Amino acid sequence: MDFVNQLQRKFIDYSSSLHREGIVDDQFTQLRKLEDENSPHFVMEVASLFFEDCEKLINNMAIALEQKQGVDFKQIDECIHQLKGSSSSIGAMRVKNACIAFRSFSDAQNREGCLRCLQQLSHEYSLLKNKLQTLFLLEQQIVAAGGSIPRVH
Amino acid sequence: MTVEQIGSEGKDQFPIGMRVLAVDDDPTCLLLLGTLLRRCQYHVTTTSQAKTALKMLRENKNKFDLVISDVHMPDMDGFKLLEHVGLEMDLPVIMLSANGDTKLVMKGITHGACDYLLKPVRIEELQNIWQHVVRRKKKDRCNSGSKDKPHPDSGEAAGIGNVDNNGKLNKKRKDQNEDEDDERDENGHDNEDPSAQKKPRVVWSVELHRKFVAAVNQLGIDKAVPKKILELMNVEKLTRENVASHLQKFRLYLKRISCVANQQANMAAALGTADSAYLRMGSLNGLGNFHTLAGSDQLHNAAFRSFPPSGVLGRLNTPAGLGIRGLPSPGTIQLGHVQNSGNPTNDLSKLQSFVPGNHNTNILQGMPMSLELDRLQHNKSVGHIGELPTTDSTTVFPGSGNLVDARITGFSNNPLLGVTSNSLMLEGSSQQATSHTSVSAIGFQNGNALSDFTSIAPASNQLQDSKAGSQGQASPINCNAGQIIRSAPQEWNAPRKDAPYQSHASINSSIPINSAMIQLGQCLDRNNSIFHRTTDLDSVGPLNFVDPLSIKHGEGDNSIMEPSVIEKEGYLMFQPRPHGSHVPDNIGSLEDLASAMMKQEGGCNGYSLRTSI
Repeated sequence: MDFVNQLQRKFIDYSSSLHREGIVDDQFTQLRKLEDENSPHFVMEVASLFFEDCEKLINNMAIALEQKQGVDFKQIDECIHQLKGSSSSIGAMRVKNACIAFRSFSDAQNREGCLRCLQQLSHEYSLLKNKLQTLFLLEQQIVAAGGSIPRVH
Repeated sequence: MTVEQIGSEGKDQFPIGMRVLAVDDDPTCLLLLGTLLRRCQYHVTTTSQAKTALKMLRENKNKFDLVISDVHMPDMDGFKLLEHVGLEMDLPVIMLSANGDTKLVMKGITHGACDYLLKPVRIEELQNIWQHVVRRKKKDRCNSGSKDKPHPDSGEAAGIGNVDNNGKLNKKRKDQNEDEDDERDENGHDNEDPSAQKKPRVVWSVELHRKFVAAVNQLGIDKAVPKKILELMNVEKLTRENVASHLQKFRLYLKRISCVANQQANMAAALGTADSAYLRMGSLNGLGNFHTLAGSDQLHNAAFRSFPPSGVLGRLNTPAGLGIRGLPSPGTIQLGHVQNSGNPTNDLSKLQSFVPGNHNTNILQGMPMSLELDRLQHNKSVGHIGELPTTDSTTVFPGSGNLVDARITGFSNNPLLGVTSNSLMLEGSSQQATSHTSVSAIGFQNGNALSDFTSIAPASNQLQDSKAGSQGQASPINCNAGQIIRSAPQEWNAPRKDAPYQSHASINSSIPINSAMIQLGQCLDRNNSIFHRTTDLDSVGPLNFVDPLSIKHGEGDNSIMEPSVIEKEGYLMFQPRPHGSHVPDNIGSLEDLASAMMKQEGGCNGYSLRTSI
């Protein structure tokens, strides 16, 4: 099954690169470990939930930052907090770090800084989403070809 | 529910099948948490709404063994939920948050959480959470004294509980001049005896506790006898024993608070910190003013922050215990009695200066207690940290007239006061000799204050012994209460349940420990054990003390009898009148007080605190 092996190798490489680049961290590995026969798509499910959540929060923050009458930094802070929690739970390291940086600007009530951070955050999020979707696609291909998803450490 | 009652889940397989309720508004985290918990083989129910969670819990109290909840939730604050659960259902609650700030953790612990986990939560951590369930059950069992349930390792908890109880009993009898023979008799029993027959557990709801406190207030803490209290309360199905046991806890609580308050006051004064948090002290006025620690956040002032969360604190679950959370104004500084035996004016002025400006001067806000100066008066030596007359509004501690009456004398000799990480140096020793006043700021910050304060209390005690001169002095109180506590226990022989508590406290000061200290320590201990949960103070508003406390007894067992600590209960206790000993009534954020004072003083011994000590 050369084809499957190829796919699997590709998967492993890709997965390692994600870790190397800091897109995901150890927590993501932990999530993977939770996958088993009973919940084979666990990581994908969690990731989808996260994407939804993240998009919503980023949107909310963008709207909040645009308020002419005054930015509600408290709300922004809450959004950041939540995003930080969920990103760390899923292992999205760069997103989480972006949140941390964002927080300091929010604390300082620095609108400009916040806008920049939001942009950065958005960027990280998009990157994460793309990469994870690619990874999931690879997984699906492997399974479709009859192989099993290799465990990456 | 006992371990054995896991019943259909397979009692032998505990913790497998333990029923957990998970609450988190973040769907990602909730899914993850649920999955992890299921992986640990628990039986999991998840919800993203705190209100739903409460509803589920209320529907059937025995439906769950443990609750895990996020701190930041849109519909209800996690801490609020925590309180409710603790108050009404008495279940162990674990907090979860992405934010691991010491302050928050502290807040969680003082509100009664039995653990605080950080996100991302790992499965290893979840694998051990069942211990909280077992621990609580044991405690309950032990408290109820029902030994009919054999527990394999219950010995430990029960043993400790017993020792504690007994110890406490002894101590209590020794210290308090209660002429309540009945109560004494009851207390004299071992844990097991009175509860040999399982009596229905009395849950001390906020309302009930309020009545209790009102009754005690009416009678006067000294004269409060269970029988009379019972009559005044006029509650059906409440037995004298229930009241007696509750009263005992209450007294312990008061004692503890006063110790803390004293310390706090001292510390605050010495440190002259403007940190309002500290100043916010629950004021315990003799009669059990429970000072709610307003705004836990504020409480975390530097002093505390530096204070390593120790086991003690951990145990000090109850913010309420220490203070009534309901205290309206976060910046309130509540000072305990300040006894000014010596130079009232001086001290007073000193005190005044110290009130940190930012505090709201509510020093005794919500403290209904009356300044029982008279009573305190006599004890020069009593360090009581004076009970500040509660004044509702701004009684800033030294400033207010009321306080003044209270003879705020600055801090008496006890160097103890001022334990704070900020090195409250109460070096008062030099001057001490005469004035034993210690301003005790009672500031519980949500409970954690207590631990810090214990050290302070002694100061007042010291005074009592009239050895103030010798003692206090010089010891720079800059300890975290822990220190004092540590020392305190030595003498005390406090039957503490939380032995480790002392060690946790990081006491750096070298305050001589004298009996006062012990008292303090004892207070602390008690505090820990007893005041666990804060009752929902908010609902009670500024109360005077007892409101928020609701003592919750474990299920089914008659824990009332025990003087032991029921960790989960939040007790608001009266500060028993210091009979000669010391117990500083108000334990407030001495630290703040001390710092504030120090600041004002500008050094040297100008600090009344110091001097007087």
